[in-house]
Amino acid sequence: MYTSLFRYLRPETLAEAEALFQQSSDARYLAGGQTLIPTMKQRLASPAELIDIGRISSLSFIRRAGDRLTIGAATPHAEVAASAEVRNAIPALAALAGLIGDPAVRHKGTLGGSIANNDPAADYPAGLLALGATAKTTQRTIAADVFFTGMFETALEAGEIVTEVVFPVPRRAGYAKFPNPASRYAMVGVFVAVHTDGVRVAVTGAAPCVFRVPEMEAALVRDFRPEALAQIAVAADGLNSDLFASAEYRAHLVNVMARRAVAAAML
Amino acid sequence: MTALSLTVNGAPVKGDVEDRTLLVHFLRDHLHLTGTHVGCDTSQCGACVVHVNGRAVKSCTMFAVQANGDAVLTIEGLGQDGRLHPVQAAFQEHHGLQCGFCTPGMIMTAVDMLARHKQLDETTIRHELEGNICRCTGYLNIIKAIRAAAEAR
Repeated sequence: MYTSLFRYLRPETLAEAEALFQQSSDARYLAGGQTLIPTMKQRLASPAELIDIGRISSLSFIRRAGDRLTIGAATPHAEVAASAEVRNAIPALAALAGLIGDPAVRHKGTLGGSIANNDPAADYPAGLLALGATAKTTQRTIAADVFFTGMFETALEAGEIVTEVVFPVPRRAGYAKFPNPASRYAMVGVFVAVHTDGVRVAVTGAAPCVFRVPEMEAALVRDFRPEALAQIAVAADGLNSDLFASAEYRAHLVNVMARRAVAAAML
Repeated sequence: MTALSLTVNGAPVKGDVEDRTLLVHFLRDHLHLTGTHVGCDTSQCGACVVHVNGRAVKSCTMFAVQANGDAVLTIEGLGQDGRLHPVQAAFQEHHGLQCGFCTPGMIMTAVDMLARHKQLDETTIRHELEGNICRCTGYLNIIKAIRAAAEAR
C-alpha cells in the first residue's frame, strides 16, 4: 500500500460534496486524480477523506453560446481536445488540451482539477489567462487575472469547487510549448490570444506561477507577427531553475515559444 | 473497506478492498489478472494501462473504488474464443516486443488509439504512444504492428 488510509466518498451532487467537506477536518476533493493520486502515493498528501467530484455529471459538458465557450470543470482533457465545438471556437485550446500528459492521463485529468491545483508547469493556466477566462465556483465568479495567485496557490477558499470555466472566443489564438520530454509538463508554454480589445500573452512553466508579458502584448498590437517579438527579452530573474533548464534558458524559451505561438495563431 | 461490484472482462466481479487499493493491485492481487503490469508506478510508463468504460487509463493512478460500478477491460479480456485480438496478432506478426513487459499496456493503448482514429499515420501513432515506454524495441516494430492493425481493419 502506498497511500495512507482514507475514506472514499462519492457524492451525487455538488451540495452533497460541499456538505461532506464541511463535516470533515481533513478532506480533499478528487477529480481526475492524475496529480493528487501520485502525490498521495508519495505521501506528500494524506487526506482522511477523498470526496470524488469527478463523476458529478452536471460538471461535464462543453457549450458554445455566441462569443462564449463554457466547459464544465469535470470535463476530461481528451474530450476538450476532441470536441468539434472547441476546435471550431478556440482551436488553440483544443490543441493545448491535446498536449497535456499522454492519452491515458487525458482520459482522466480534468480542467477544474488542473486549474485548482495550479501546477507552475500546467498548460491550462496559460490558456485561461491569455483568453481572459472566468472560473465559476460553487460560491462566486473569479476572473483568471486573479484566480492564479502563486505556486500551487489559487484564490479558491477551502471547500470551494470550480464548476465551469467561461472562455471568451478570441479572434485568433495559438499555443506553443516546450515539453519536458519525460513528464510532458511545460518547461515553457506560451498562449497568445487576440481579442477585439487587445492581445494577451500568458506564460506557464517558466516561473512559480503563470504570468503575462505586457511588452509582448503591446508589440503584437502594433504588429502581429513573430518578428515583432524578436527584440523582446524576458528577464531571467525569478524564473524557475532546475535540473532540466536554467532560468536563463527558460527566459530564452519564453521568446521562442511566444514567436511559435504567434505563428500558430496566424495559421 | 468498500464492497466493490464491477464488471471485469465482461464478467461481474465483487470484492472487499481498502479504499486506498489501486485498481492495478485489485486486478493483480485480488483477481489474479497479472497480465496488467506495474512498471514505473509513477503514471509515466503505461505498463498498467487498462480500459475503464471503454477508455484507456493508467490503473496505477486510479483507486479500485473509483471503478466501482464500471466496466474494466484488461489484456486477458481482449482475445475471444481462444483467438488473439487483431492487435495482439499484429504485435506477434511484426515482432512488436522483445522482453514483453510493456506489451500489455502497449496493446491496450493501441486498441484505444485505433478506436479513436479512423486513420493512423506514424506521427499520430508516435504522439499517441507518449504515455507508454518500451526499453527494448526502439518502438519501430511496435509502430509497424499498430499501422498493420489499422490497415487490416
